[in-house]
Amino acid sequence: MAITRREFLKLSALSTAVLMTAELGLDNSKAYAQAQKYRIKTAKKTPTLCPFCSAGCGMLAYTDTKTGELLYVVGDPDHPVNRGGACSKGASIYQIRNIAPGKPNPRRLTKPLYRAPGSKEFKEVTWEWAISEIAKRIKDTRDRTFIKEEDGITVMRTDHIACLGGAALDNEETYLLQKLMRGLGVVYIEHQARL
Amino acid sequence: MTNHWIDLKNTDCALIIGANPFENHPVSSKWLMEAKVKRGAKIISVDPRFTRTSSKADIYAPLRAGTDIAFIGGMINYILENELYDHEYVANYTNASFLVHDDYKFEDGLFSGYDPKERKYDFSTWEYKKNEKGEIEKDPTLKHPRTVFQLLKQHYSRYTIDKVCEITGTPKEIYLEVIKTFAETAKRGKSGTILYAMGGTQHSCGSQIVRSYAILQLLLGNMGVPGGGVNALRGESNVQGSTDFGLLNHIITGYISTPIAQPEHKDLKAYLEKETPKTGFWSNKPKFFISYLKAMYYDKATKDNEFGYQWLPKRHPKKNYTYIGLFENLAKGELEGMLLFGQNPIVGGPNSNREREALKNLKWMVAVDLWMTETMRFWTEEAGSNPAEVQTEVFVLPAAASFEKQGSISSSGRWIQWRWKAVEPLGEAKADLDIIHMLALELKKLYAQSQRPEDEPIKNLYWDYGTGNECDIDRVAREINGIDLTTGKQVENFLKLADDGSTLCGNWIYSGFYPEAGNLAQRREQDDPSGLGLYPKWTYAWPLNRRILYNRASADPTGKPWHPDKAVIWWDENQKKWVGHDVPDFKPTIGPDDPAFVNPFIMQTDGKGWLFAPQGKLKDGPFPEHYEPWESPVQNLLSPVQNNPVIKIWRPEEQSDAQNYPYVAITYRVSEHWQAGAMTRNLPWQAELVPEMFVEIGEELARELGVKSGDEVIVENKRGSIKVKAYVTKRMKPLMVNGIKRHQVGLPWHFGFQGLITGEIANKLTPYLGDANTMIPEYKGFLVNVRRAK
Repeated sequence: MAITRREFLKLSALSTAVLMTAELGLDNSKAYAQAQKYRIKTAKKTPTLCPFCSAGCGMLAYTDTKTGELLYVVGDPDHPVNRGGACSKGASIYQIRNIAPGKPNPRRLTKPLYRAPGSKEFKEVTWEWAISEIAKRIKDTRDRTFIKEEDGITVMRTDHIACLGGAALDNEETYLLQKLMRGLGVVYIEHQARL
Repeated sequence: MTNHWIDLKNTDCALIIGANPFENHPVSSKWLMEAKVKRGAKIISVDPRFTRTSSKADIYAPLRAGTDIAFIGGMINYILENELYDHEYVANYTNASFLVHDDYKFEDGLFSGYDPKERKYDFSTWEYKKNEKGEIEKDPTLKHPRTVFQLLKQHYSRYTIDKVCEITGTPKEIYLEVIKTFAETAKRGKSGTILYAMGGTQHSCGSQIVRSYAILQLLLGNMGVPGGGVNALRGESNVQGSTDFGLLNHIITGYISTPIAQPEHKDLKAYLEKETPKTGFWSNKPKFFISYLKAMYYDKATKDNEFGYQWLPKRHPKKNYTYIGLFENLAKGELEGMLLFGQNPIVGGPNSNREREALKNLKWMVAVDLWMTETMRFWTEEAGSNPAEVQTEVFVLPAAASFEKQGSISSSGRWIQWRWKAVEPLGEAKADLDIIHMLALELKKLYAQSQRPEDEPIKNLYWDYGTGNECDIDRVAREINGIDLTTGKQVENFLKLADDGSTLCGNWIYSGFYPEAGNLAQRREQDDPSGLGLYPKWTYAWPLNRRILYNRASADPTGKPWHPDKAVIWWDENQKKWVGHDVPDFKPTIGPDDPAFVNPFIMQTDGKGWLFAPQGKLKDGPFPEHYEPWESPVQNLLSPVQNNPVIKIWRPEEQSDAQNYPYVAITYRVSEHWQAGAMTRNLPWQAELVPEMFVEIGEELARELGVKSGDEVIVENKRGSIKVKAYVTKRMKPLMVNGIKRHQVGLPWHFGFQGLITGEIANKLTPYLGDANTMIPEYKGFLVNVRRAK
């Protein structure tokens, strides 16, 4: 069963009720247990890891089984490093996607953008156009600046393209990135580890 | 980390220097507090600023930023003078007994072989003394005046308690308490860990600072044991992995040098000859390198074409390709294009104003990120540019968040852990893996018909991860692990790699994480039979699922654990092999009959821990020596040489002087924000917690300046000026340095002009100058002035 907006509000109201009964000193354990069940029953959990520091804390991402949308992210109690704990950054992973239920973080980039020379703004473009244009730029710069040989030694490089970044990428991504760059002859490959 | 996060619970003393883990790696506190409560462990925090780590420490020792070598050097001296070191460990497991070349010396702040014109050392005397047979001469008693041990003692004899405290500003009683407390860990059954982060590395002597930690740990017998080690607490979730995978100009995957355009690297044979040591585990390098070439070019890499070696780019031997060098060459107009994957140089790089100007020379920029960053908008008025004058084309590609894709990341503890995809990427965002894959396919298409020899590298690049827009990550992971090309099966681990082209492997140190049995980074088994927190079946640790590096040194020279409480592996005489709780960091069958039985540091050519670093392994000296930061309010009290004599000085005119810029500044992080800030300044919860940029100043300096918390002040030096609010705290206190009171100020570096919350960029003030070995910028210990804003 998925949580619709109305049901979410109902659930929120239930939480409020729980708080109130607690203040009144009434037995709220039943209501609380029901709320917990509700929370878990309708959500699918996926193990993930915190994207911030390098401790590698385990997190669980809960998604709506029907819509697939992210509901919340909490510390993974089975993870031996953090045993369910999360610092303030880890506890806010949910907001990387949604700032509230049903409200995607409006600051996330969701479309490829392009800024022309001298322009004052970005405009939205398609992925196909962006990839094709970027590949042309890379090829153009590479081909014009490629050095095949230096003092009788084969060098196969360009000193005119740089690739920066990678500390937030997955291992498989860092691997393919260095593979592609070295395949093109790029030697200016650097990232956060140098800083 | 030589050890790992949970292992912190096994320590008896944590010396935390150049790090603030309770705020920046909060889960560390869980394990450090467990050590404190259950073992009575002591926590020592050494920091210019009283941090939340300091607040939980048994001892807090302030020091002036950039005086770390003096601080550790004084500890080394005291420990040697008072014979507090672990003699048996030092005599057997380090190069203490080796005799050094007759002409090696250290005089007036310089090691032998210095060339002042080139600002470089000739390393020929930084060598061991050898007999006619070419063997290193040794004195097991450590008494010969030319032993490493005696030279070490001599070198640090100048680092007396009084001298060190004059330099660092640390109160003497506190300093002595630090030394005595940490030296306790030399005792049997005790271990001490050193935790460091950017406070240790971001100096013009950063590599030597870290070396000094290693020397201290070797003297106390703290390497290879639970609760010990030298532990780098790294800043990003996968900066360990991105380093392991060679996203740096000087290394390919697995810490193997990239080829250089020099005769010694002209062909594969010459390269392997030059790069492969005759002894130690690195003697296997050809197997790893050739397997990498096979992963790059697969069936196009053959014995006849040097396995494609000539297709790999070779760096220019004289050019500086490091981050600062890159931006200097960009400023000169050398570069045309730049691809950025989650990096934001305008906020995160040093000397931000210069970097913004340099970026204007780009013809094109491609930036892949979750958020709009300052760097993507370097051409705007907010950045201080005139858009009409900036001709750079900028392509911005939206990236998926970590939980919107699957893949592995490696923690500081070297655990390779898988994360699964929980939800589809937001909007049209795509996983970086797919973006790189799409680009590669498009480029390969553009080059498909080319007959030019210079296009062979990209044409022959092996790219078999699917033909659609989605990259087959499983194939990538299998390639990283390595494949036996004769059977088509996953190799068991890197011990099975070959140098004849019969195996391929993307990154040898990761080999073993995905054998035929499956992707071990996905394991989630909870067993911890030893109780040491090793969790051997939870994901996979490189290399070979080894959780504690150098663990041979956890046992004594006869192969028995130094102490039952700290047993990791041991020699089993009946089985004739090394057994125990962890994967031995040693050839398991080397027994007492083999002289190598007492050589625990298998990556070294001699199997010993290096108190003395020979052969110019570090460019600025075989022993760490204190020099002042490039910008310092004081003269070097230990020698007439003021700064590290081999650092490259890019912009001498930007050196800020102490007369006009009297305060020592450090940049730092707060717990609530992350790095250049885009990942947290765009989250409402985090933005609310720490909404503004500030400069942290002590109460005494605030009184001198007539400033209260919340007042606007100007922080400035020769590189820039920022207007920020003053945050007056008890956490920054002046230090008495050589009899004169010196103030330090702190600047968080998370802010910029883009995001839900914005603020001035601290890195407008940091210098374009880096460590002699790594070129990591000196973000800590530069000079500024602070004054009231009118």
